[in-house]
Amino acid sequence: MNETVTSYSIETLRAFVLGCSAIGAGTAMIAGIGPGVGQGFAAGKGAEAVGRQPEARGTIMSTMLLGAAVAETTGIYGLVVALILLFANPLVGKIQG
Amino acid sequence: MDFGSKYIPIEIGGLTVRLSETIIDTWIVMAVLIVLAIIVRIKLNRFTDVPQTRFQNFIETIVESMDNFVESSMGVKYKYFGNWFFGVFAFILLSNLSGLFGFRPPTADLGTTAALALTTFVLIHFMGIITGKLGYFKGYFEPIPFLLPLNIISEIATPVSLSFRLFGNILGGSIIMGLVYTIPMWLRVWVPSVLHIYFDVFAGCLQTFVFVMLSMAFIGDKISEE
Repeated sequence: MNETVTSYSIETLRAFVLGCSAIGAGTAMIAGIGPGVGQGFAAGKGAEAVGRQPEARGTIMSTMLLGAAVAETTGIYGLVVALILLFANPLVGKIQG
Repeated sequence: MDFGSKYIPIEIGGLTVRLSETIIDTWIVMAVLIVLAIIVRIKLNRFTDVPQTRFQNFIETIVESMDNFVESSMGVKYKYFGNWFFGVFAFILLSNLSGLFGFRPPTADLGTTAALALTTFVLIHFMGIITGKLGYFKGYFEPIPFLLPLNIISEIATPVSLSFRLFGNILGGSIIMGLVYTIPMWLRVWVPSVLHIYFDVFAGCLQTFVFVMLSMAFIGDKISEE
């Protein structure tokens, strides 16, 4: 059986890389699940704490926001990866003819 | 990485300088802040011991709440950080809210947020060294000396996560707003306004607060209490 060597044009390769990048950007946003769960947990615990101790509302609120912001970090990393793939794609420049 | 920001090329002595939208919007924000500061400074001469005008009450409330905020998270001894953090707070807040007036927020550029996070990084280690002296360097070898590389990585991760958080939130918001503005004309009257309240006002204020509070928490963490 003969091996057929097909050479693709640069446009085809570019389209392929761009399509894969779009899929990658969508996949990267799956990272949004983690912060969603984490922030929901933080908010739930915060509501619980306010229910138990309504006079400490201010402290609980700022502590909760701090925790939620830290939990958000991984989701933001995912978002940044997706944005780099969409707007500043480093892979397209690597195609050589 | 300017992520779709437009720019004007300018020739200066044979070099092409890219004057991006971010830079121009930063200048506008700076100009507004400077004008506000000059107005407040001029009115300061007429301030009385007991506030009589609404304006004086307003200014005193803002400055006092910022001072209390710093005092509650860093302690009375480091209350002077309020001066710096008030400036950062005002700049980030105005930058985030500038999206409401049709500007591209300066904080939607990694350059701006990285610069802000680097100032925090410098402050963390400067305060760590002048308050902790040798104890600061000893902290890198704890709990066991073997963990030195991991400790250094975690120190570098601090400004990275600080800058990416602000940048990602604001840029994500402005990209979603840009997508929403492609809807039919008759829907453009009310749909974007609701989203502007969420992405620009709510997320903008929250991220400003989070940036300033995390900076204070990180700096307060490194300051050693003798």
